[in-house]
Amino acid sequence: MNASAAQSTELGPAARRSGAGADRLFQLITAVAAWFVLLLLGGAALSMAWGGRLAFQTFGWHFITARDWDAVGGKFGAFVPIYGTLVTSAIALIIAVPVSIGIALFLTDIAPRWSRGPIAIAIELLAAIPSIIYGMWGLFVFAPFMATHVEPWLTTHFASKPLIGPLFDGPPIGIGMLTAGIVLGIMVIPFIAAVAREVFSAVPAPLRESAVALGSTRWEILSRVTLPYTRSAIIGAIFLGLGRALGETMAVTFVLGNAHDLSISLLMPSNSIAAAIANEFTEADTDLYRSSLIALGFLLFVVTFIVLTIAKLLLLRVNRQLGRTN
Amino acid sequence: MAVRAGRRVADVVAFTFATAATLFGLVWLAWILWTTLRQGAAALTPSLFTQMTPPPGTSGGLLNAFYGSAAMILLGVVIGAPIGVAAGTYLAEHGRYTRLATIVSFMNDILLSAPSIVIGLFIYQLVVRTAGHFSGYAGALALAMILLPIVVRTTEESLRLVPDQMREAGFALGLPRWRVTRQILYKAALSAILTGVLLGVARIAGETAPLLFTALNNQFWSSSLNAPLANVPVVIFQYAMSPYDEWHALAWAGAFVLMAFVLILNILVRLLARKGNQ
Repeated sequence: MNASAAQSTELGPAARRSGAGADRLFQLITAVAAWFVLLLLGGAALSMAWGGRLAFQTFGWHFITARDWDAVGGKFGAFVPIYGTLVTSAIALIIAVPVSIGIALFLTDIAPRWSRGPIAIAIELLAAIPSIIYGMWGLFVFAPFMATHVEPWLTTHFASKPLIGPLFDGPPIGIGMLTAGIVLGIMVIPFIAAVAREVFSAVPAPLRESAVALGSTRWEILSRVTLPYTRSAIIGAIFLGLGRALGETMAVTFVLGNAHDLSISLLMPSNSIAAAIANEFTEADTDLYRSSLIALGFLLFVVTFIVLTIAKLLLLRVNRQLGRTN
Repeated sequence: MAVRAGRRVADVVAFTFATAATLFGLVWLAWILWTTLRQGAAALTPSLFTQMTPPPGTSGGLLNAFYGSAAMILLGVVIGAPIGVAAGTYLAEHGRYTRLATIVSFMNDILLSAPSIVIGLFIYQLVVRTAGHFSGYAGALALAMILLPIVVRTTEESLRLVPDQMREAGFALGLPRWRVTRQILYKAALSAILTGVLLGVARIAGETAPLLFTALNNQFWSSSLNAPLANVPVVIFQYAMSPYDEWHALAWAGAFVLMAFVLILNILVRLLARKGNQ
């Protein structure tokens, strides 16, 4: 016992030295891994820019504004996929934002306490379902449902209205921007709802209680206390959802129809950036074609990067307000 | 009185809306689960696990796709998880409060939500173009790149949850920092880190877009990762988009197995997390 204690004090300095060396090594390994994350993100951006340079050089700004996507003639303009991406994402947000806020309200204020956990998990599971399954369900079940039940109704009731009429004027084929937008909306709900629920339950109780003491109804608490208080977080969550919607690939590929014609009607097939890449990349037979698709990927990457950065900055600010370090 | 009635109506409307919104969300979940269950159960046969993907018009199974998916997921975890744990350790421990850690933590969250199709294009440029052919290795790398930010995030979070007293106790015993991390912190955070890896597996199991132009697909049995490799998501994609009924049935069967795997993993992870909290 004594001997071993003496031995360890003897070995002390040496052990400490080797400990310091090992410490530095361990620190180095973890730092390299951290740099690696940055390297991957930067590498992805650079490799997209490099792969798309032929398209950017050939078409310049026309790549973004031109409408013709002609693989045989070698002319590539990305306006239709960009338009389709924006429209489907917009539809997704129009559906997902109010629904997510409703779910968050239900889970923090209305639902019986015992049911909150299971319901929250069920909503989270919407995010766990692989997007390819959303796509299959969309193609085989939801698109036919839209074609037989929803789209004819929309056309008869809205197609003759001024302004919004052209949006709903089209053949009820089920495949198109409206269907894709709805499927995207369902996929985005869990992401927005999770953040909204978290910040709703983080609203300080005294704030809500004072509103109650003033005689506010629950609706007034939501619209005048909770939502104003959590505004930046909700906007952050919406941007997070937008980032997801813009880049979602498989579900959209199934139900959007891969059409390269521009149409105003939401019932018509269209294209999105991600769907165009998924559908056409393995068939791209010329350098210019392949480069154009990678250039599309670059645009998608840049736009989602900006959107997600805004989301993250807003959410960080909220976390700081709530006194969290992470 | 009129104002009061109006306010009450607004209140009732808002809360009916909130309840309806929750039902709306749950209905989609039930609808999708039910469709997959019904179609998938009808298409489940023993040959699903014993035969290869068939040519059009004949029956077969998905054995080669299951093998390919399992191999790529396994390799993806072997590559992605250690790097993720190391980077997460830097963010929470060795690089805490440094500027690098702040930036990496920020960028990691962006990588976490980055479109997976772009990751597929990146690996295509990096690996497939360089090597000159599609391969299972490229697919595994793409999956690793999707798994990585998930593991980084959960490792960072779970290490931060370890109380500082445990670090101080370790330092008080004279342990060097790396041994504190390895022998005390990793042990305390082990189940949380494993949870993160399992969630990552659930996520990459269903990823299709990054495999489309990395692993591609392979109709025949191939155990080599250095060649195009069959995998469940891409087979589902191709078969579902085809005009053949037999292929549709197989696609549903594959979707059923995939969905069951992903959901069971997700629920298991939540049960484990709850147990850990208690």
